[in-house]
Amino acid sequence: METEFTPWMSLAGGVLIGISAVLLMMFNGRIAGMTGIMTGIIPPFSTDWPWRIAFLAGAVIGPVVFLAAGGAIPYAVPVSLPLLALGGLIVGVGVYYGAGCTSGHGVCGMARLSPRSIAATITFMIFTGLTVYVVRHIAGI
Amino acid sequence: MQKFIASALIGAIFGLGIAISGMANPAKVLNFFDVAGSWDPSLIFVMGGALITTAIGYLVIFGARQKPVFDADFHLPINKTIDARLIGGSAVFGIGWGIAGFCPGGAIPALGFGGLPVIAFVGAMIIGIVLARSIDGLRHKPAKAF
Repeated sequence: METEFTPWMSLAGGVLIGISAVLLMMFNGRIAGMTGIMTGIIPPFSTDWPWRIAFLAGAVIGPVVFLAAGGAIPYAVPVSLPLLALGGLIVGVGVYYGAGCTSGHGVCGMARLSPRSIAATITFMIFTGLTVYVVRHIAGI
Repeated sequence: MQKFIASALIGAIFGLGIAISGMANPAKVLNFFDVAGSWDPSLIFVMGGALITTAIGYLVIFGARQKPVFDADFHLPINKTIDARLIGGSAVFGIGWGIAGFCPGGAIPALGFGGLPVIAFVGAMIIGIVLARSIDGLRHKPAKAF
């Protein structure tokens, strides 16, 4: 499935992600990593769960408000439900052991030039690319 | 209460950024990695915009402030070791991301508009985290990674 090349929207979205990461550090002193924020509200809850719930609720409601205001969010899922569930399970295990994902390692950690985050990001980018190649061009799914 | 409202607004900026950038769109994410097929390089611009903004913003904040507004300290990871746990976990995460097209930060903002596919992904992801944490807890005290 082809998708439209959207450099300006993607750049604008990236800058907003960055602004959010900077503000979360400035106000809460926290890394804007989805894995870390989310893991704190999966039982046993971390003691500082209220701000985490607020951040996650905001992250869900933000796009909904944008859509309600007439904005467009291109969205298509060329993956079957069983593979989405399998992928989700694998992602959950991976981000737990890897202690972060695209937002935590890929944005916040790389921005701090953390060697751990740089190593993690290079690793998952390579494995994601290899997996997409295997799924699409070898398995032919 | 102030911290709660600020966190929600900051989360909304994050969610909006993810949504308009294309990171919440599996078709686009998978195409970014499909260099041998229907390649869409847009996500380079997401990464570039987010990284440059965050790097400059962090430098300004850490230079200008001793502590955050609502906390006594900046909570920065202190673990510096690059070990098999980090690399293995990241590799496994990459495999899952390549199968599903959703990463955690891409999936959560899609929950409000993405229907069953993203709900299935997030549900399974939470099970994966719980599973990994239980297995890890059997071996030793779970690492305080976050």
